[in-house]
Amino acid sequence: MRTLKFLLQKEFRQIFRNKSLLPLLFVVPIVQLLVLPLAADYEVKNINIAIVDHDHSSYSQKLVSKIGASGYFKLTDYTSGFNEAFRQIESDQADLILEIPHGFERNLIRENEQKLFLAVNAINGVKANLGGSYINRIIADYNSEVRLEWVQFPKFSPIPTIEITTSNWFNPSMNYRFYMVPGILALLVTMIGAYMCALNIVKEKEVGTIEQINVTPVKKHQFILGKLIPFWVIGMIVFSIGLFGIGWLIYGIVPIGSLLLLYAYLAIYLIAVLGLGLLISTYSETQQQAMSVAFFFMMIFILMSGLFTSIDSMPQWAYTITKISPITYFIEVMRMIVLKGSGFANIQYHFLIMIGFAVFLNGWAILNYKKTR
Amino acid sequence: MKQFITFVKKEFLHVFRDRKTLLMLFGLPIVQIILFGFALTNEIKNAKIVICDYAKDNATQQIIGKFEASRQFEIEQTLLSHQQIEAAFKQGKIRMAIVFPANFNNDLLHQNNAQVQLITDASDPNTATTLSGYATQIIVDYQNELMQLQELPYRINTEVRMVYNPELKAAVNFVPGVMSLILLLVCVLMTSVSIVKEKETGTMEILLVSPFNPFLVIISKAVPYLALSLINLTIILLLSVFVLGMPINGNILLLYAVSTLFIITALSLGLLISNVTASQQAAMLISLMGMLVPSILFTGFMFPLENMPYPLQLVSHVVPAKWYYIIVKSIMVKGLGFSAIWKETLILLGMTLILLVINIKKFKIRLV
Repeated sequence: MRTLKFLLQKEFRQIFRNKSLLPLLFVVPIVQLLVLPLAADYEVKNINIAIVDHDHSSYSQKLVSKIGASGYFKLTDYTSGFNEAFRQIESDQADLILEIPHGFERNLIRENEQKLFLAVNAINGVKANLGGSYINRIIADYNSEVRLEWVQFPKFSPIPTIEITTSNWFNPSMNYRFYMVPGILALLVTMIGAYMCALNIVKEKEVGTIEQINVTPVKKHQFILGKLIPFWVIGMIVFSIGLFGIGWLIYGIVPIGSLLLLYAYLAIYLIAVLGLGLLISTYSETQQQAMSVAFFFMMIFILMSGLFTSIDSMPQWAYTITKISPITYFIEVMRMIVLKGSGFANIQYHFLIMIGFAVFLNGWAILNYKKTR
Repeated sequence: MKQFITFVKKEFLHVFRDRKTLLMLFGLPIVQIILFGFALTNEIKNAKIVICDYAKDNATQQIIGKFEASRQFEIEQTLLSHQQIEAAFKQGKIRMAIVFPANFNNDLLHQNNAQVQLITDASDPNTATTLSGYATQIIVDYQNELMQLQELPYRINTEVRMVYNPELKAAVNFVPGVMSLILLLVCVLMTSVSIVKEKETGTMEILLVSPFNPFLVIISKAVPYLALSLINLTIILLLSVFVLGMPINGNILLLYAVSTLFIITALSLGLLISNVTASQQAAMLISLMGMLVPSILFTGFMFPLENMPYPLQLVSHVVPAKWYYIIVKSIMVKGLGFSAIWKETLILLGMTLILLVINIKKFKIRLV
């Protein structure tokens, strides 16, 4: 116990002595947490549209002004040449082109039917789909207005209509930041834990001081605990600053569920993540190696964690990969507790799995760490 | 010149000797392109939803049939109360619930007005909006079918053409994005460590007292990574064409030329980090913690840049990956020539020059 106390003293000294590292440890995550949620806004607004009007009739004018008034679209060009409009798509100035054919008004009235052409820049499929469906809705509205001008419908509409009401639970204002802040916070805490822990031990290897520790009677588990505990504490502190200082004060996200439960999960999660860092460090000789290995896994874990894209939509094999990454579970639990107020009964499996990760990763790391070469 | 070649050789030896790093260097792009080409999508598929059908009549059966036919949903049919729906949301089991009230068909046929309720788990607003959008589309489709039986006058039909990506494949968007991300991060990471490492181990002193020009020391450090990155680029391109079926519609030489420029930009950024930091840990922390997530966000392939608040849009301008992403999209997908990307190329060139000038200014030949 006394040995551990001295080891901890040494580690904390080393961390606090390093004046260039300490601010990075705290400032980088906090600045990112402040800024990034603002950037991660998926809601598609301001779709840029170029309209090619070959008709120049009062009907086409009415359609154009209706699109402009809808609020979803920004009219970037109004011409009568398709090539001109297409150049706008090429240079990303326009997302879609609506082409109104010659004789639109006349044919609509005479032949009872008329076509409009829509060209959508589909590189980003989701945006293309959304833009397309918005404009279709506007055209359908416009269509029924035209119809009303010409046909006198009976007082009670004979058209069967289905009224759709949507209720959005847990986040009625549909604020995307509520969703992103807990996720990004989880990610930042993970990065600090895994990187710092991995780099710290390898540094002792590289500088050669690990040999000095190895020849002392310090036990394996004491040495490892001495390395884990400081970063565990730092992880807890960074998380608290993020949750209360930024999430609560600045973004106004008040955790609905139990804080105790959240911290209990965080405590286990940090042990698992530090174990991962430890494991990486036992396999690397240099800091550069440790970093590139850690980077490799982080990149995959981040993009597969469900932070930015939906996990459900992935093919089965990819879904399985997400299930072997601890980050996926932590992000999920963060969102469940903070946003939905899920209780222990809802996340007991998450607890079991995370304890499994912690035991497995740390156990492997301890087995693989050898005092003698 | 002979000295320079010797130095480059030395750096190559350093790189090749470290097998684990080398493996990561090449493994990373391969794994990621495949992973993201196939797994990453903004689209929402197989979302689990519950349909509570209190009517169980003709109309609701037909609508549910339509839901079952679409691949966006995985449907479970049970009758749940609002409390039970909330509990299911808390478990994270379902994403949306659709409630048809009793007498749905009756209301629809006789009063010409029926109601349906969509309840979404809006803790994830993106999925919630998309799912309720899909569901609305399906219900409106059904309604339109009913109307068509009545043959309405003055119909406007829209013919839609999806330009550049008719099948709406997510890879078309993600491959250029992941390409710029990987090239940037790998180059910055690797070079940012290189000089600091020599400082930390003390070999920098030996280099500085040698008669060799110190600037060439720096440049010779960047050369191996330039070569490796070009190989990486080739691997990425081969994979995306032959495995993911991505087109290369434009000039491939132009793509290589601009990519080389972009790699040099990234290398100079890495060298700058290396120059201003004192320890490998700090250098890595800046290049990993500081750059990973911001480059993912500000490249613009995940979240639309034009949605961001204006100051953040300004921030995105200084992320080199953003400009490279635009260039790759233009060349690979749109098949445009140099005339369409000269502006972006010029920006990258400017960034590189500025970074190099700062590098030279910051480089100290005296150790403290």
